Amino acid sequence: MIKFSKQQLKVPELMRPVYMVTGGQSKFDRAIPEKRTEELCVDALTMAADLLNMSAAELKSFIHTAYYGHFADHFGDQLLGEAVIHDRLGLDPLGTIGVKTGGATGGSTIWEAVKAVASGYSDCSLAMGWERMDEVPTDEGNFLISCAADKDWESPLGHIYTGYYAVMAQRYWQIFGKAEKSFRETLAEISVKHHGYARMNPFAHSPKKITVEDVLNSPVIAYPLRALDCCLMSVGAACVVICDEKTAERLTKNSPHKAVRIWVGAGSHTLRPADRRDMDIPLLPHETADQYKNLGERFPGGDRYPGFTGFLAARMATWYGYRMAGITDPREDLDLLELHDAFTISDVQTYEDIGIRPYGEGRDYVESGDCYHTNPKTGKPGKLPSNLSGGLIGCMHAVGATGIMQAFEVATHIWDRWAEIHGDRKRWKEFGREKPSDWTDLQVKGAKRGMAISHAGVGSHVTATILIDPDHLLK
Amino acid sequence: MSMFGQVFVKDGKYKLKGDFHNLTPNIPIRNADEGWKLMGVTNPRDMTYIHSYGSEAPFFEALGEGKLLATRCDNPDCQFKGTVYQPFRIHCPDCLGKNTVIDMTEQAKESARVHTFMVCERAGAFNILEKPIKFINIEFDDVDTILMSYLSLGEPEIGMKVIPIFRTKYPTGTILDLSWVPAGTKKGDLPEGFSF
Repeated sequence: MIKFSKQQLKVPELMRPVYMVTGGQSKFDRAIPEKRTEELCVDALTMAADLLNMSAAELKSFIHTAYYGHFADHFGDQLLGEAVIHDRLGLDPLGTIGVKTGGATGGSTIWEAVKAVASGYSDCSLAMGWERMDEVPTDEGNFLISCAADKDWESPLGHIYTGYYAVMAQRYWQIFGKAEKSFRETLAEISVKHHGYARMNPFAHSPKKITVEDVLNSPVIAYPLRALDCCLMSVGAACVVICDEKTAERLTKNSPHKAVRIWVGAGSHTLRPADRRDMDIPLLPHETADQYKNLGERFPGGDRYPGFTGFLAARMATWYGYRMAGITDPREDLDLLELHDAFTISDVQTYEDIGIRPYGEGRDYVESGDCYHTNPKTGKPGKLPSNLSGGLIGCMHAVGATGIMQAFEVATHIWDRWAEIHGDRKRWKEFGREKPSDWTDLQVKGAKRGMAISHAGVGSHVTATILIDPDHLLK
Repeated sequence: MSMFGQVFVKDGKYKLKGDFHNLTPNIPIRNADEGWKLMGVTNPRDMTYIHSYGSEAPFFEALGEGKLLATRCDNPDCQFKGTVYQPFRIHCPDCLGKNTVIDMTEQAKESARVHTFMVCERAGAFNILEKPIKFINIEFDDVDTILMSYLSLGEPEIGMKVIPIFRTKYPTGTILDLSWVPAGTKKGDLPEGFSF
């Protein structure tokens, strides 16, 4: 699609306010041989109940429908795995459905639960996601993931998804990064940041204290992307509970936190980047057409939009999402982000798609220090910290759970419970992990609004989940 | 004796010959840290799928004949009439009319250039291309989309002029029958089985 009709640009409306009331997650790791998937899902739901100071049975008594995100049947080797989990959670005979949108599965699962509550069909819905990526060796896992590319036109080319991102990385690096060594170092800095934040997260699969040099010296997977530029392949589960206002009041009666308001915008684009036709840039509320007039002059070759450098799906998810939630400038209105850092390059591309930097200037978000919890240049709080969980590079990418983990992580900041949840020594011990002696509280002080981006393929589906403290609404 | 699964179509039905799966036993997974207690089991499975190209079949057939086909929307009522698609699209994504198949071999030889590229050192299981694989995305004059393929000779660069080559000897019937070489490459330098 290169032109939108008026109907297609309708700003989505929820029929009533919708809330995210709690959430939970399992440990994330490359392999968890001691637990079945259902055990991981029970861990997540039990944690969600614990955060409300109620029993799992009590929380379950409120749930009216359940949405399950599970990307790849062939990873878990179980068709209708959603029915297995639904049964093991003891939620039969409630209505349930599985959701699959590749890497965006988690975000899409929340999207469905939000619509169920907004429409009045349910007063309380469960959004649960998981992935079991340890049942095949890594190279077969890469093969299975490559099946999410076009199987006739793309997958036979190496059977490796990193390659399909690397062509975008190359183009972006040469056009917008001007092939500068400093730009490559900026990409590496993202990996250092995300593995570093993962060190403070007991749930995280890949905590590492590394340097930019370590990233630049890690093995090449698909040039210019190296091993430490890439996301993880994880096992784990995450859930959130979505409800209406009355149910939110009842569920938080004994909880230290209040429910947060939630909106989800969604966008899509061709599965094959090869099919992407040129179009005008859809503008976010704080942008003007003028600012992109000379994009091709400033960055020769950069005037082909979205080409191989932009994710139209992410642009549209936020185009709808910002307008739904009343966000007029995400740089000012949001306090933190969780982005889908499948690769360091796609993290930078996304900064532009979601409007926290103009197209062509994504690197500045990292280089300014704005993306950090504490800006390394000023020592002051980062203006808009991102991926304090460690993201997909440091925390996990258990695909069906990823977007849900991200939304949950954002909520822990708005609830002012990040330190309690991530600093609890018992949890570190339970997961068999050692809490670092330099563990740092990454709570974003005074966080009221945040967003999680969930992203599939090379941009085939994207959701923008926006969470806002109900006492700090924008409209 | 086993035989690879083979399929042909007769009277509108698939006719199958040979083995479409091979039996391999399940093997217990045990925990070496805890007295070799049972943890799980392997589930081996080797299967052959049967896949139809549908109306894209002419594209894949033509590669083995040294031709690159594309499609164009010729619907006079379509807002985007005249749009040329490579990758080949059966239907126009705007009006959903059936596109016209066109031969763009000469157009590709004259105007193909590298839009972007990457060099892949590691591949997933079942990859059959020689590593490093040089992925290239190719843009053409008067074509609205950008084809993904691979470069068989030379080092890729953005803007580099390339020409298509085709596996005309023992074609596989897959996208791998199409590859690219730098403009000016001599016939004698082409990979085995490929021709201009």
